[in-house]
Amino acid sequence: MKDRPRTQDFDWVLLAIVAAITTLGVLEIYSSTHASAMVGMQWKQLMWLGVGIAAMFIISRIDYHTLMDQAPVLYMFGLATLLVVLVIGHSRFGAKRWVSLGGGPNFQVSELMKLIIIIVLARFFSEVRTDRLTLTDLVKVAALTCIPVGLILMQPDLGTAMVLVPVAIVGAFLAGIEWKHMAVGLVLVALMIPVGWNMRHHLKPYQQQRIETFLHPEENPRSAGYQVLQSEIAVGSGGFWGKGFGKGSQNQLGFVPVRYSDFILAALAEEQGFIGVCVVLLLYLGLILRLVDNAQKAKDRAGMFIVMGVTAILGFHVLVNASMVIGYMPVTGIPLPLMSYGGSATAFVFLALGLVMNVRMRRFVN
Amino acid sequence: MPSWSVNDQRIPQGRLALVSYVFVAIVALLMVGFWKLQVVQSGHFADLAERNRVRSIPIIAPRGPMLDREGRVLVDSYPSFSILLMRDDLKSLEKSLPQIEDGLGIDPDDLRQELEAAKNEPKFLPVIIKPAATQADIAFVESHRADIPVLELMMVQRRRYPHDSMLASAIGYVGEVSVQDMDQSEGQYRPGDLVGKAGLEKEYNDQLEGTDGMRRVVVNSVGKVMRTLDNVEAIPGKPVQLTIDYDLQAIAEADMVGKQGAVVAMDARTGEVLAMVSRPTFDPNDFAVRVPKEEWQSLNTDKRTPLLNRAIQAQLAPGSVFKIVMATAMLESKQISENFTAYCPGYANFYGRTFHCWRPQGHGVVALHAAIVDSCDVFFYNVGKLLGIDTISHYASGLGLGRRTGIDLPSEEPGLMPSEEWVERVYHHKWYAGETISVAVGQGAVTVTPIQLARMAAAVASGGTLVQPHLLKNFANSKVDHFAISDNTVEQVTQGLYGVVNEGGGTGYHLRLQNVDLCGKSGTAQLMSYDAAKRLGTKTMDGWFVGFAPRRNPEIVIAAIVQDTMEHGGEAAGPVVRDIVKAYYDKKNARTQQQAITDPPAQPNSTQPLVATVGAKRP
Repeated sequence: MKDRPRTQDFDWVLLAIVAAITTLGVLEIYSSTHASAMVGMQWKQLMWLGVGIAAMFIISRIDYHTLMDQAPVLYMFGLATLLVVLVIGHSRFGAKRWVSLGGGPNFQVSELMKLIIIIVLARFFSEVRTDRLTLTDLVKVAALTCIPVGLILMQPDLGTAMVLVPVAIVGAFLAGIEWKHMAVGLVLVALMIPVGWNMRHHLKPYQQQRIETFLHPEENPRSAGYQVLQSEIAVGSGGFWGKGFGKGSQNQLGFVPVRYSDFILAALAEEQGFIGVCVVLLLYLGLILRLVDNAQKAKDRAGMFIVMGVTAILGFHVLVNASMVIGYMPVTGIPLPLMSYGGSATAFVFLALGLVMNVRMRRFVN
Repeated sequence: MPSWSVNDQRIPQGRLALVSYVFVAIVALLMVGFWKLQVVQSGHFADLAERNRVRSIPIIAPRGPMLDREGRVLVDSYPSFSILLMRDDLKSLEKSLPQIEDGLGIDPDDLRQELEAAKNEPKFLPVIIKPAATQADIAFVESHRADIPVLELMMVQRRRYPHDSMLASAIGYVGEVSVQDMDQSEGQYRPGDLVGKAGLEKEYNDQLEGTDGMRRVVVNSVGKVMRTLDNVEAIPGKPVQLTIDYDLQAIAEADMVGKQGAVVAMDARTGEVLAMVSRPTFDPNDFAVRVPKEEWQSLNTDKRTPLLNRAIQAQLAPGSVFKIVMATAMLESKQISENFTAYCPGYANFYGRTFHCWRPQGHGVVALHAAIVDSCDVFFYNVGKLLGIDTISHYASGLGLGRRTGIDLPSEEPGLMPSEEWVERVYHHKWYAGETISVAVGQGAVTVTPIQLARMAAAVASGGTLVQPHLLKNFANSKVDHFAISDNTVEQVTQGLYGVVNEGGGTGYHLRLQNVDLCGKSGTAQLMSYDAAKRLGTKTMDGWFVGFAPRRNPEIVIAAIVQDTMEHGGEAAGPVVRDIVKAYYDKKNARTQQQAITDPPAQPNSTQPLVATVGAKRP
């Protein structure tokens, strides 16, 4: 046992997987944009990766217990920021999600909220002393989760709002939710589906359209359904072996929507084929299993909840994004972590990984 | 120490393991999803990707030109641009509409109406907002590429008729292929293709029509052409050389300005049509782009039927021109003596009815020659009565009246030559003998087309050779009919027809030409009875003149009709025939002269004017 956490104790296997995934991502960003007006995007993404890695080191130095001590403060700060965004944030793509950082790059504050909810819920679940969650506990968890979810929904950003929910669900499951409560929850969700369906007219027009599109993709061949269809065409036409790096017509000619970001997996599927997709999915599975392994070896329950919160969010991202690309889920604007281009998203993933390293390093500390 | 335990080490290993199994299952399911798309359905999607990427752009082949017999252009094609409005970006479309309306001079209401009409079509199909762009329009589109990206130019081939309505009735017009034609063509035609709809454009469509080429290009997601895959050049349509002589056609057109009727001039030896006019007519340029509905309706419902080619479609009473047939029948059938005479007091009674001669004071005693020259009706009433309808019908049909000439134009009409058999078949009653008297002077049930009369006159003057009229220069398999006429008959009839123009008192004496043996016969068909005309105080008539030259084995034959005129045929239609014949000989003599100059030994210093001078009131 050492007396202080050391960087040598980082999870290097995990970081190797991360490096593999980000390399594939940067290459595919290059392939998607090198022949377009967005040429050079891979350099920007490398810069974001550098920023992310630096952030990861910094956050790993602050003991996660210290962060959890500040959970209420962080939570209030997060909610306040979300409110500020609602009031003064500026619109991009029709949604208020961005805060201008003094003329520099804009930061999507809901990414910050993901981090905060991980810490807040980890703190809450750690305070439960028994092995089972009471109904009161569940209501508290639901309340803690639903307030930021509601605020993010008001931006409106259905995708990011949904991402917070798995943290609560996985946390509750690990904290010892009773099977009967879980069954009741499942039934409630099943009942919510028709209610939600009837409520769909209260959604924003673009959300309604996305749902319509998901259900009837062929009806509107030039708008949102067109995006899904083009993504499917890219994936399907890639075949088993793929068309080759830089040779996907759907990708290179711009038929795949936001092919360097949300639909980067479609671009990769077209050029690298089923084989390439399998490699990517297995890398993600390796990442997740390695995260779970870190959780299993965490020094305490608090660390375990933090690591599993990160796992829940990243796993959910991969599931929803990959499903969207093959038309199994509606377009929600959820990027593929570590591969999709994007500053805020990349920064979040590395900060989250920093939390994991934080937990891991300290298991060797007395 | 914080209030919450930092040393709580109860890690739920079982549930954590369960979570990892769930993730393994999720990844496995995703792989199945990708497998379905990338392996099971990959062929289908590869096909869709290819269709996305590759766009086939037709290269429109120009239609072949039409030339006159000397190679002068009568019809051609020219590349032109249509302006397309892209509708996939509705927002920027709305924004630039006022600018487009202003820049291209399009009525805002029309434009919006067009967009409204196209609303239910797929968004990626553009709308043609200006089918024939001017230079200024093209410049407007090119200079606003950046700020009005919704405009696009498409090259098309348009038909051009440089001489406007000249020869229009024979040329016909082009139009968009009909749905039926498209179904029958087995994929040869696409919607919007231009095909010949009438006249020569229709008759020789296969030759005029080229084969469209195809350019396959790679486009990006916004339709921008990135590169060309392959290029199949268009094969232009073949030129069609006509037998029309532009110079003669121009004269015929000029003579018919403002009149209603038709002219057809033909090489009597070959059937080559030298000029063909029908009035009123239309401008085929109006059809080359897009015919406004109102204009099409007015053309179709116009009582003066401008779309009718009267030279081959007007079925009219031949009037006294029919006397050529009567004279031939009289001499050939030998039922009547060559020296038969009749007394004409200005009228005659047959079957209890009075039939008038055109000259009220009468012709006195007339024989065949004088009867042709003076066009005595009473003489031919008697001939008709003696011959009977079936003999008349036999010779008239033999000379091509009442049946199609086989000219290479669509929709030729046959006219009608009545007979006893015909009236029994159609009307189920016996032939009224009194009808024969009317038919004898080209009235009553007999109707002919101008082209039939021209061919008949040429046949009589050439001893019974019936040529097939045609407009195509290299007309293969020209069908020639023979209806033998004895030399004596030809001599006597042509003498009479020569007399019409060249003897004082002939109905065409004012038409005579120096150095040209112009022969002919006038005809004036009554559109109402003498009594009715007298009552109304008007004389509305169809004036015919059929002429040819020279007297025997003529080179040129012309039939002209001027309708709804107050004049007799000799005055109304005669000058048209004379002008064309004169032009024909002027041209022929000029050519001979030209040859004489370039070929001095043959005819040195030939300054003798060979140009025929006109011997009548019209220049």
